[in-house]
Amino acid sequence: MNLNATAVVTGAARGIGLEIAKKLISVGWTVAALDMLEDDLATAAEALGEMYKPYTVNITDSVQLKEVASAVAKELPVVKGIVNNAGITRDTLMMRMSEDQWNLVIDVNLTGAWKVTQAFMRSLIRAREGSIVSISSVVGLVGAAGQTNYAASKAGLIGMSKSLNRELAGRGITVNVVAPGFIETEMTENLPEEVRKDYLSRIPAARLGLPVEIAESVAFLMSPSAKYITGIVLPVDGGLTT
Amino acid sequence: MSLENRISEIIVSRLNVKPEEVTESANLKDDLGADSLDMVDLMMDLEDTFDLKISDEEGNTLQTVGSVVSFLKTKGIEA
Repeated sequence: MNLNATAVVTGAARGIGLEIAKKLISVGWTVAALDMLEDDLATAAEALGEMYKPYTVNITDSVQLKEVASAVAKELPVVKGIVNNAGITRDTLMMRMSEDQWNLVIDVNLTGAWKVTQAFMRSLIRAREGSIVSISSVVGLVGAAGQTNYAASKAGLIGMSKSLNRELAGRGITVNVVAPGFIETEMTENLPEEVRKDYLSRIPAARLGLPVEIAESVAFLMSPSAKYITGIVLPVDGGLTT
Repeated sequence: MSLENRISEIIVSRLNVKPEEVTESANLKDDLGADSLDMVDLMMDLEDTFDLKISDEEGNTLQTVGSVVSFLKTKGIEA
């Protein structure tokens, strides 16, 4: 099945973003894969075929984003989905955190999502349907030592989405947040063994989640089955925050 | 095409109304059913089409089809 509609996915070259792209393609979306990692994008494009369209872009750069938005509008089916997934960490205790470490994480994770959403949202408004999903984190809900910047950016996505929902819900557009718990990715792979053990002891499901489990939730929120679900935060965390 | 016709065309396509409803005195919100999001969308369309900037204050004064036409004329746009 081909939906003849495009989903813009940021950070789609690897990790959770790549899984989201794969899942969306499997249910018929064309994916505009935005990422800074040109080589990883090319590798993914080779593996996933013509429904995965790579665009190398820094989402903090409004000028580049504008160019990509016009290219997508020209080259791909109408945009009806936006997945704000791109994210970075610069962890350190607040006492030691530099202003640059704070700003960079906010710029990419929160302001980047705002810019991407703004660059593509008109197409959803025109179509009078569509879905916007932002990937937050349980850290945005409960906090984490060493992540004041990351947690603030992820909590910010929740406020942004809930407000945007009030602007767009009347147009048949859903705006939701998925808040992953601890997921097996490069971001969590490099954790010290004791931190990993500590996490595991706090997860009722007694295991880390898989990227595909986040992708499944995103695809559901973007499916016709979820048309009446909007403005929510869906934790996908093995029971961690409940 | 006259300025009036170009504007009318934009309004018809954006607000999904019939061309004969787009009279000079028609109020965009009350008569043509535009909500605040439609108004923003319409202003952005006018900006793109006629290559100009419309401030929020200016946008708020554009209540009727006629006021859009005369506003664009004050900006030096004739057709």
